[in-house]
Amino acid sequence: MIGLRQTAKASLMAALLGSVGMVPAMAGEVSNYSPVTQQRLENPEPGNWLLYRRTYDGHEYSPLKQINTSNVKDLVPVWTFATGVNEGHEAPPMVNNGVMFVATPYNQVIALDAKTGDLIWRYKHPIPEDLFQLHPTSRGVGMWQDKLFLAATDDHLIAIDAKTGKELWNTKVQDYKKGQYLTLEPLVVKGKVLIGGSGGEYGVRGYVAAFDADTGKELWRTYTVPEPNQPGGNTWQGDAWKTGGGSAWITGNYDPKRNIVYWGTGNAAPWPGDQHPGDNLFTTSVIALNPDDGKMVGYHQYHQNDSWDWDEIDAPILINNMDDKGQQIDALVHPARDGYLWVLKRTPTGIEFVSGKPYVGQNAFKGIEPETGRPIVDPEHKPTTGKDVSFCPSLWGGKDWPSASYSPDTKLVYIPANNNMCEVMRGEKQQLVVGQLWLGANLDSMKLIPEVDHIGELQAWDPATGKQAWVHKFPKTQLFASTLATGGDLVFVGGTNDRMFHAFNAKTGDLLWQMKTNSGIMAMPVAYEVDGTEYIAVQSGWGVDAQRIQDMLAKTDWKLDPDVPQGGVVWVFAVKH
Amino acid sequence: MTKGKRTDNMACCSDPVRRSLLQLGAAATTAALLPGRARADDEDPRRMERPQVGDFLVFAGGDQEGALIIEGALNVGEEPVLAWATDPSRKVLRDGSRLNQVLVVRLDPSTMDDETKSHAAAGFLAYSAICTHMQCPVTGWIPEKRILHCPCHQSEYDPSQDAKVVDGPAPRPLAALPLKMVDGKLQVAEQFIGKIGMNKQTM
Repeated sequence: MIGLRQTAKASLMAALLGSVGMVPAMAGEVSNYSPVTQQRLENPEPGNWLLYRRTYDGHEYSPLKQINTSNVKDLVPVWTFATGVNEGHEAPPMVNNGVMFVATPYNQVIALDAKTGDLIWRYKHPIPEDLFQLHPTSRGVGMWQDKLFLAATDDHLIAIDAKTGKELWNTKVQDYKKGQYLTLEPLVVKGKVLIGGSGGEYGVRGYVAAFDADTGKELWRTYTVPEPNQPGGNTWQGDAWKTGGGSAWITGNYDPKRNIVYWGTGNAAPWPGDQHPGDNLFTTSVIALNPDDGKMVGYHQYHQNDSWDWDEIDAPILINNMDDKGQQIDALVHPARDGYLWVLKRTPTGIEFVSGKPYVGQNAFKGIEPETGRPIVDPEHKPTTGKDVSFCPSLWGGKDWPSASYSPDTKLVYIPANNNMCEVMRGEKQQLVVGQLWLGANLDSMKLIPEVDHIGELQAWDPATGKQAWVHKFPKTQLFASTLATGGDLVFVGGTNDRMFHAFNAKTGDLLWQMKTNSGIMAMPVAYEVDGTEYIAVQSGWGVDAQRIQDMLAKTDWKLDPDVPQGGVVWVFAVKH
Repeated sequence: MTKGKRTDNMACCSDPVRRSLLQLGAAATTAALLPGRARADDEDPRRMERPQVGDFLVFAGGDQEGALIIEGALNVGEEPVLAWATDPSRKVLRDGSRLNQVLVVRLDPSTMDDETKSHAAAGFLAYSAICTHMQCPVTGWIPEKRILHCPCHQSEYDPSQDAKVVDGPAPRPLAALPLKMVDGKLQVAEQFIGKIGMNKQTM
């Protein structure tokens, strides 16, 4: 340990002095790049971050523990880098043996020396002059061999040379002029690049598709909404399936043992359920796909006939050998936008329901059927056409797309939750016009109702017992950012409108450290290591839905200032010795 | 839709227009129709051009798609409509780029500031339909305040004050398209004043 500390100290000193240590990259090009293989994706080195949530199981957990509960109070910024753009910076900085790749809004990827912050190269995908962006963001680049993969908001999937930043191939997926776009980090499995489309507010038909990493050729596409003669097709009426939504805009997780990808699906469209009667499979579900051919091998629908815009796109966390009433199960754990903490079981034939209980105030379900988990919906709190309906949680849910993390050390799930945030919505019949927003709801009637003095909560849950271990309440703010758990028994999260970046004791929930950054943080923090020093990195850059909530809260009795400053900066921290 | 409530979809917004046109009589309406959405070749570069001086305006969608917007087409304070420009011979519809689309609204001239009044014809005003924030189409209307509303990120513009931003994240007003009325038909008097859409992010 003494040796490690000394190494770390020397490295940090070097970093602070502008780096005289080993530089993994030359200006403009990365030398000695480490190709990303299937073996590395399945067993990543502790110091790297090669997948959206670091590991295929979606734990968002780093085993690094040089930064821990005893020294996190000495965390200081080591370097920063201005991205040059505003809006919501939502991507985790990806790190591969000393090289960092940062995706930003406006389809930009920046390669940086992860130790010094020096710019290596910058790629920018040209934006069509007439592009409209409902969600101007990117959630990161996928990695395979010496390539990076960017899913762009003009609905192109692009391969970039990780060493030089040069574009290698560029595949048009669908047509942005029809409201079809991409924001997620691609998931790479065995040389296939998997993506899911956005556009649930434009009447698209959702899908997950795979592309050849070498050529960009589409290999398969599985729609999340079936045709009438396909399984699940009888859960739709008429032509509603053609515009039924179910977009799949967040990266899935993968179980290598079963060779199954678990992918979340979005809201049914348009929002009010009476405009698309039926259960509407496979919207608001988790679907199990064979990544080799896209065949759906199972599913679980969290709630039927979605009427609340509760996308369940955040893929469930895979926890192997989790205790369930004395038995060991391979679980799927999903803190859902519908406000329930769902526990499911992976089986050879698909997905089985285990349990579900609300983790925030929830009045839309009277309960759930004990055998199947099917919600018993309260019609008084289900939005419909021509009537003001109140419901909790709001359309942003108990937790939106920002993901929860899981620590195998504490065996707790850390949920960036929004409690006490209810809403009023009025459904309205609207004709679908291609390329125009199609909500089926009157925005003027939408109101947020913060019920008490706080909304944002960082919650820790034991998924095996269904018990909450601790909660931290943030006054007068939403909490809108993914969490990071580390082997140092820490949980990192931004997400608040005061621009703070926080570190909590993972066991107790005590706030151990915080620092105000340039903007608000919506992105996922990561932990990585270079030359024996552990770093914590996160993008600070507020926008998109965090700002939308801010704007709506500004119009409530809370009277919040809607002005949360924008502009992206990559922050990298280490412990000062 | 209920009067006094915001609407964010042009389908609802076209209803009063349809009523207005029906009041004109079937013959007049039929005469104003543009048969064939675009007579020009799809590759005709003139389709990409912004509205030109002397162009007429036609409905971009709804039941009256392709019909000329004439003096009786909108009542004061009614919801705006989306429109394209068409060349004076009506052979070229300038719908080759979303950035060419305009919204047309009719207000009482006495409620307009002087700059706005100078762009108006018989109370009709035309602005770029492209929000200066993220380039979504500005399709919403708050009738009680007579404010244009973008449903994507809630930017609001006042059409009586040269479409200046009154709420939300938009950084600039909508570009104005000055109009004149010729033989009861709306015609473009000058090219767009102001930048269309968002600023390019610079690095």
